[in-house]
Amino acid sequence: MGKEEQFDTATQSVEASGYKVVGTRPIRPDGIEKVTGRANFGADCNLPGMLVGRIIRSPHAHARIVSINTDKALALAGVKAVVTSADFPEIGPKARGAGEAPVSFRDMSRNIMARDKALYDGHAVAAVAATTAAIADQAAALIEVEYEVLPHVLDAREAMKPDAPLLHDDLFTKGLDPKPETPSNVSQRFEFGIGDTAAGFAAADVIVEHDFTTQCVHQGYIETHACVANTTEDGMSTVWASSQGQFMVRNYSATVCGMDITKVRVMPAEIGGGFGGKTTVYLEPVAIMLSKKAGKPVKIVMNREDVFRATGPTSGGHAHAKIGAKKDGTITAGELTMEYEAGAFPGSPVQFGCMTGYAPYDIENVKAVGFDVVVNRPKVAAYRAPGAPVAAFAVESALDELAKKLGMDPIALREKNAATEGTQAAYGPKFQRIGYLETLQAAKNHPHYSAPLGPNQGRGVASGFWFNIGGESSAAMHVNEDGTVEVVTANPDIGGSRASMGIMAAEVLGIDVSQVKPLIADTASSAYSMLTGGSRVTFAVGKAVCEAADDVVVQLRERAAKVWDVDIEAVEWKDGAAINTKSDSGESLSLKAIANTAGKTGGPISGKANINATGAGPGFGTHICDIEVDPETGRSSVVRYTAIQDVGTAIHPSYVEGQLQGGAVQGIGWALNEEYIYDDKGCLQNGGFLDYRVPVASDLPMIDTVLVEVPNPGHRFGVRGVGEVPIIPPLAAVANAVAAAADVRMTDLPISPPKLLAAIDGAK
Amino acid sequence: MAKVVLQREVARDFANGEAELEILADDVRQLINKLDLKFPGIGERLRDRTAVAIDGEIFQDPLLQPIHENSEVYFLPMIEGG
Repeated sequence: MGKEEQFDTATQSVEASGYKVVGTRPIRPDGIEKVTGRANFGADCNLPGMLVGRIIRSPHAHARIVSINTDKALALAGVKAVVTSADFPEIGPKARGAGEAPVSFRDMSRNIMARDKALYDGHAVAAVAATTAAIADQAAALIEVEYEVLPHVLDAREAMKPDAPLLHDDLFTKGLDPKPETPSNVSQRFEFGIGDTAAGFAAADVIVEHDFTTQCVHQGYIETHACVANTTEDGMSTVWASSQGQFMVRNYSATVCGMDITKVRVMPAEIGGGFGGKTTVYLEPVAIMLSKKAGKPVKIVMNREDVFRATGPTSGGHAHAKIGAKKDGTITAGELTMEYEAGAFPGSPVQFGCMTGYAPYDIENVKAVGFDVVVNRPKVAAYRAPGAPVAAFAVESALDELAKKLGMDPIALREKNAATEGTQAAYGPKFQRIGYLETLQAAKNHPHYSAPLGPNQGRGVASGFWFNIGGESSAAMHVNEDGTVEVVTANPDIGGSRASMGIMAAEVLGIDVSQVKPLIADTASSAYSMLTGGSRVTFAVGKAVCEAADDVVVQLRERAAKVWDVDIEAVEWKDGAAINTKSDSGESLSLKAIANTAGKTGGPISGKANINATGAGPGFGTHICDIEVDPETGRSSVVRYTAIQDVGTAIHPSYVEGQLQGGAVQGIGWALNEEYIYDDKGCLQNGGFLDYRVPVASDLPMIDTVLVEVPNPGHRFGVRGVGEVPIIPPLAAVANAVAAAADVRMTDLPISPPKLLAAIDGAK
Repeated sequence: MAKVVLQREVARDFANGEAELEILADDVRQLINKLDLKFPGIGERLRDRTAVAIDGEIFQDPLLQPIHENSEVYFLPMIEGG
């Protein structure tokens, strides 16, 4: 499908909906600043007297820190401060943070600055602040760290063995019965399921079973982590940072530094990509402490190697999928066992892999077991649909094999077993209105699915599911005296959310979107809002914006009622104007007219909404991928790709399409190229974009998109989160296409040319 | 009575492995209080680190959400995202 057709798909739906602004494609409010380079990102902040901070990192994958001597560094002219873990408060096992889910501040603190052991190559052990970058580099080299190098382990299954090097002496596996008496690298065992899988497999005519392996991959955002902290004599710290949530940065930084939250103010910079990787902090607490010691502002900017070595990738791991079905394609049972690498501290997303793998399907008997395993790699962070892509790679690849065994079309197999409204999800609850079946039907009817293939080409399909979330959100809305409106929210704009907020505000107010200015406030200028993540902003913050607009509309009607000397009930709001229903002549006052006279009718007009948004609608997607395999080299090239997704209602279709395209490309990179490569000492060997190869535009065809719109009843415009789902299907869609093209089932990602060539040669 | 399903790990740690129960409660707060009376200690665990799905809708940080007589209530991990 071409772009013009995509546009029609969305606009036809919008016209049918009756919306005037929702579903249109205005130019994004931040577009000019960004394309002209004027937008301020994390590294763009500069303050008078600012120092340069540098982090000193462990060169060992696993080592006891015997001593750190900072004397020589501190003696160097121009060095103003050095910090180590001794400068940070010891934090107990406190659980809860202000992010999406519970966090361990103890682990977070020890990840930001190693305390007694360095747990991965690149783990921060000290930091220095100096007047110039050259002096900071020189001082970093003068900090003497004595290490006792320990054996390391990088792979989940290796780390689970009884004789594996132990990362934490105090880590005892949760979720086992009886409770273990000896520590291990397994943090927790999770189990989800319904029914009786043994009975389900006994009833099956065909059973497919495979073992799968994936590698740790990075979110790959373009902007590296960067911040400036200015801690003043009164103990107040102001932080300028690029992140996915200024309130998250405030809470995490204050807690790690042992400060009251009110002592930290965070100014959100523009963000050059996050994808979940900027839902935590690495530099900010260090910059705060350096600034506190030096009495000057401190800037720290990671280089690309720092980002790869020390910031959260997502888990690599292993998965074993087993699926049984009747001859007619009815799936009778599904099992999934997974071991995910959490990095140096517990907290892989394996439980979400367990919950999502079979979620697109209506299966009576499902069992999913997951193990969260610590290894000597950087602590993982969220990455789009955390945990789901690896699970879907296993399940959707096994389904492809099942379809072949049954002689069924792979979409027909999925249609036969698709979850619909009322289906009990494999993780327990019953689905409300969902649009998975609609994505399968759109895929089946899409010209791509029936297009002829060339030599050495194969086609694969795969699906994916994500929950989507709401959460605490705030919005304020100020009517200016000229009738323009400012919409103030507190969530960094990663994927075009300013535009979405502006559109929804304009729709509710009944005015042109050009009259609405969306702004993003700092932590001292707005009520709390959860971070930008989990595909929640357009849904949840959008709900707050709509409610703030409702608040404004009530006030506008009140003002008009005063002017006309009627009850507010006699005033309707329509198309951006108050209508006096008691007037025979259809008397009206526009928003602009009411704003012009606000001083005479009661003063400024502004609305607000502080909510904990509920009603998030789950998302489903189905992708079609065509791959051409070069049988001489084993190189796989994507020749055509279509991403289809139930998006609820697309508020700004261009940005929804962008989410689908971006997620698909990241998933394709995960499938074909990306992996962390370590040497035998556990040190990362490919910490840069030249050696860690993400797909670029010249590698791929245009990613076509189809926006299926099954409105979410939990949002007035039908919004569903869209950013997580599109990274889930590509791993299996690519592998299934490779299987069709080369007649080999690749179960180990990435499907690099040497690996595929060996498989092709082995199959001969 | 609402059908209440605990996470298996929580049931194992606090409820002698009893993952599925029937309890009458008006809202999540009352449900957790009743569970805590039956299985001391489970309340703190459920209040602090758990989402709840009520009749298919997931609430990330619930307390006052109403529960009906025939509701299906599943305690789940808090959902993250990227």
